[in-house]
Amino acid sequence: MTATVIELDQEGPAAILRVEGDVTSASEPDLMAAYSVAVRNGATAVILDFSKLAYMNSGGIGLLVTLLVRAQRGGVRLVAMGLSEHYRQIFTLTRLDEAIEIHDDEPAAVAAASA
Amino acid sequence: MTQPNSGAPTSRDAANWAGPVDRLSAAGVAGGRYDAVSGKRVAGPLQGFGQLWQKTFTVPLDGVALTPQAVIAIWKDRFPTFWPKGQRFYAPLSGIAPGEVALLEISPVPGAPVTLSTGVMVLYADDESFTFMTPEGHTLSAWITFSAERRGEVTVIQAQALERPSDPLDEIAYMLGGNRMNNNFWRQTLENLARHVGVAEPVVDVQIACIDRSRQWRHVRNLRNSASIRSARRSLTAPLRKLTGRG
Repeated sequence: MTATVIELDQEGPAAILRVEGDVTSASEPDLMAAYSVAVRNGATAVILDFSKLAYMNSGGIGLLVTLLVRAQRGGVRLVAMGLSEHYRQIFTLTRLDEAIEIHDDEPAAVAAASA
Repeated sequence: MTQPNSGAPTSRDAANWAGPVDRLSAAGVAGGRYDAVSGKRVAGPLQGFGQLWQKTFTVPLDGVALTPQAVIAIWKDRFPTFWPKGQRFYAPLSGIAPGEVALLEISPVPGAPVTLSTGVMVLYADDESFTFMTPEGHTLSAWITFSAERRGEVTVIQAQALERPSDPLDEIAYMLGGNRMNNNFWRQTLENLARHVGVAEPVVDVQIACIDRSRQWRHVRNLRNSASIRSARRSLTAPLRKLTGRG
C-alpha cells in the first residue's frame, strides 16, 4: 500500500485537494483534516484532484460519500477532476457521479467551482 | 499492461472492481426462486431516501491462527452458511467475484408469511475484503463491506455498512424496528463466522453513527421499485398462484 498524501491549494473560495497515492478508509484522517483546513480558510467549493490517484478500494469510495455528506451539510460544493478512465467508470458504477461533478482538467474544475 | 486509449498503466485495483453495468442480471445464480433483481439498476447510499447510517460490526478472532486472507477466502466460499437461520442467500455460480449478482430471500419477521425477495451485486472484491451494493427496490440503498485485517497479533473480522432506507415505507419500517433487526442480522452473521473458525465465545463490537439526518425527498419515487411492496403482494397472492398453477 502507498500512503495517501493530500496537498491543499487554495485559490480564493475554491480549494484544491491534490490526492496522491492510495485512497482507502485509512485515508479518512488526512482527507478530513485537509478538508477542514480548506473550509476554515473560507472555501465554498472543494475540488478533489485525482490525477495522481494510484489505488482506491471500496473503503475509499465510502470515504468520498461521507466527505460529500459533510460538504453538503456545510453548503460546500464538491467537484472532482483528473480521474482516469478507470476511476471515472467507478464513479459511474457507484453512481457517485450523480452527486459529484466531474471535470477533465483544472481550468474547467476551477471555473465550475467558481460559478 | 496499459489501458486502451490512455497509454496510462493499469491501476492496481482494476481487477477488483465490477465492470460497467447498466441493468443487473441474475442469470448466473443457482437456486433462487424469484428473481427480483434482473433489469434493475444498482442503488447505493446516495440513491436512498432515508437517513444515512454507518454501522461497523467487529469481532477479534482471539486464539485463531488464520491470516486475514485465509478468513476472507472462507467467508467468500461459505458466505450463505453464516447467515442467520431462515434467511437465504443464493450465491452466483462463479462465487463472490466483482460484478456477480446474488439473490436474497429475507424473512423480516421469523415465521411471518411475508418473504422479502431482492439481491445484491458484488461491487468490489480483493483478498482481504468484498463489498456488496444493493439494487433498486432493496429495502436499503447501501454498500456493505466485509473485511479482515491484522491488528497486532489478532485477525479481526468486520462488516461495515453505509446505508439509507430506500423509500418512505422502508424508512418507517427501519425506525419501527427494522434498524434493530438489521443490526442483529449482522451481529449473528459475524458470530457464526467467528465460531466456525474456532472462537468459542465471539464478542461483537458495534459502532453506529447517523451520518446524515436529512431525508432525500427527491428519491421518494423509489417506492415504485419497492421490493417490500412487491414481496408482500407476492406472498399474499401465493395461494392463488398455487391454485391456478402459476407458481
